[in-house]
Amino acid sequence: QMSKQLDTFRTHLEAFASKHKQEIRKSPEFRLQFQDMCATIGVDPLASGKGFWAEMLGVGDFYYELGVQIIEVCLALKHRNGGLITLEELQQQVLRGRGKFAQDVSQDDLLRAIKKLKVLGNGFGIIPMGRTFLVQSVPAELNMDHTVVLQLAEKKGFVTVSEIQASLKWEAERAKQVLEQLLKEAMAWLDSQAPAEPQFWFPALFWE
Amino acid sequence: MDRFSWTTGLLELGETLVVQQRGVRLSDGEEKVKFDSGVLLLSTHRLIWRDQKNHECCIAIPLSQIVFIEEQAAGIGKSAKIVVHLHPASSNKEPGPFQSSKYSYIKLSFREHGQIEFYRRLSEEITQRRWESMPTGQAMQVNKDSQAGRIRAVGIVGIERKLEEKRKETDKNISEAFEDLSKLMEKAKEMVELSKSIANKIKEKHGDITEDETIRFKSYLLSMGIANPVTRETYGSGTQYHMQLAKQLAGMLQTPLEERGGIMSLTEVYCLVNRARGLELLSPEDLVNACKMLESLKLPLRLRIFDSGVMVIELQSHNEEEMVAAALETVSEKGSLTADEFAKLVGMSVLLAKERLLLAEKMGHLCRDDSVEGLRFYPNLFLTQS
Repeated sequence: QMSKQLDTFRTHLEAFASKHKQEIRKSPEFRLQFQDMCATIGVDPLASGKGFWAEMLGVGDFYYELGVQIIEVCLALKHRNGGLITLEELQQQVLRGRGKFAQDVSQDDLLRAIKKLKVLGNGFGIIPMGRTFLVQSVPAELNMDHTVVLQLAEKKGFVTVSEIQASLKWEAERAKQVLEQLLKEAMAWLDSQAPAEPQFWFPALFWE
Repeated sequence: MDRFSWTTGLLELGETLVVQQRGVRLSDGEEKVKFDSGVLLLSTHRLIWRDQKNHECCIAIPLSQIVFIEEQAAGIGKSAKIVVHLHPASSNKEPGPFQSSKYSYIKLSFREHGQIEFYRRLSEEITQRRWESMPTGQAMQVNKDSQAGRIRAVGIVGIERKLEEKRKETDKNISEAFEDLSKLMEKAKEMVELSKSIANKIKEKHGDITEDETIRFKSYLLSMGIANPVTRETYGSGTQYHMQLAKQLAGMLQTPLEERGGIMSLTEVYCLVNRARGLELLSPEDLVNACKMLESLKLPLRLRIFDSGVMVIELQSHNEEEMVAAALETVSEKGSLTADEFAKLVGMSVLLAKERLLLAEKMGHLCRDDSVEGLRFYPNLFLTQS
């Protein structure tokens, strides 16, 4: 019974694809609308490369290839930022790697690709940071405390123990512990020669 | 807020999407309501708000309800807002989240920016009143107000005419695409409903269903991208496709694995395989589902999951425990090593180097020194020198 329906649907999708396949590849807005609609009805067009959506609309290839590019960028920059990168920098680096004639990639596209990569077990995660996001690409355990310190450091790219105490009302011990954990993961660097007190810099948060 | 009605969020025939913005909060006049974080969509006919976390929660208001709009600039700790003044709700309005409200205006709070563009587009739509010339099911409610509105707007429409002409061509292409998309989604929705009813039938039959039927049902779900609601077996969502894939992978990865010391992380495999394919790439889920079947298909590779959650593919002939003995020797020779140092020495990725050292520690051969300068491993002298 279902196979007949499936065939009918497949025909509709083929018709749609022949008209609008290009639109999906070219337009981030259209992709977003498409993804949102799929989510609304309970369909995941990126679940499998063998799914109708991937096969006929080519959405699969777009996102899976993006996944590869994201992995490569994160790996290349890991030694510098410890496996944390802002969504903006990731977007910039990925676009650079794709070249002048490639399609535009929106931040929503990146987020969707990353959500799919999580299943590979490499520690891919997305950390909300006010108006934007940090992308984690290493299997480090980052809890609320770490996230909140990162959010505090966003404005200047660095943070001090006193600032944490003042803004978050934490005890010095707690602040130091969290900062040390971030240092261990190489996500933070210590500037012990800063004038007033040691500053903890986050490479992920300052870049050209 | 009592002018809103529940909606599916799908565009009607003849309705076109104009602009949308994430991160918008709704307020009923001056009071906060539970519509905190959503996507705000502007169409030629309506203003639609959908909850970002719960996509089922979707409300809309016809643009004809709007009297006028104002901008409210952002302040310290406050996002920019648009204040939307509304006509009273019509008596034949579809049910919505609120029965009554003491305010005749709502506020749209743009917490992720986008207010300027949205205001501009909303102004244009209210001025042009395109919903009057593009009838949909909602059109009937509009007629009463349209006469007065049209007289008010004539002068402005005249000025805006040039911009409208320019935009018409691109709009036409976009609106056709969105229209087709909406129709397609309606059909997809039917498929989802059908799969749910089949899943229920399966549950009721309690295993009175043939293996053939189960296999076929699983592949239907795979084609549509619907999560399998019935079974969560050890194979996950494994299907025939994944079995074939597993066999392909076994062939494809033999040499690369040998070149890399018999072990590769799943992300490495994902990149390798997809770069090689070029087209018809595998989704991450496809890869994981295929790898989960490797062992049961008695293929010469296997999937291994470390405590940290890191997933790797190993040759069957690869014995990580033996590698640990070699690692111990290397660490002893150097006195102590970090994962980075060990990786460089042995020629492995840092990720896998760390996993090997952690395994050695778990087996009792190494001790850790966890300091600000990083994680360093030493031979476990407690064990060897008692």
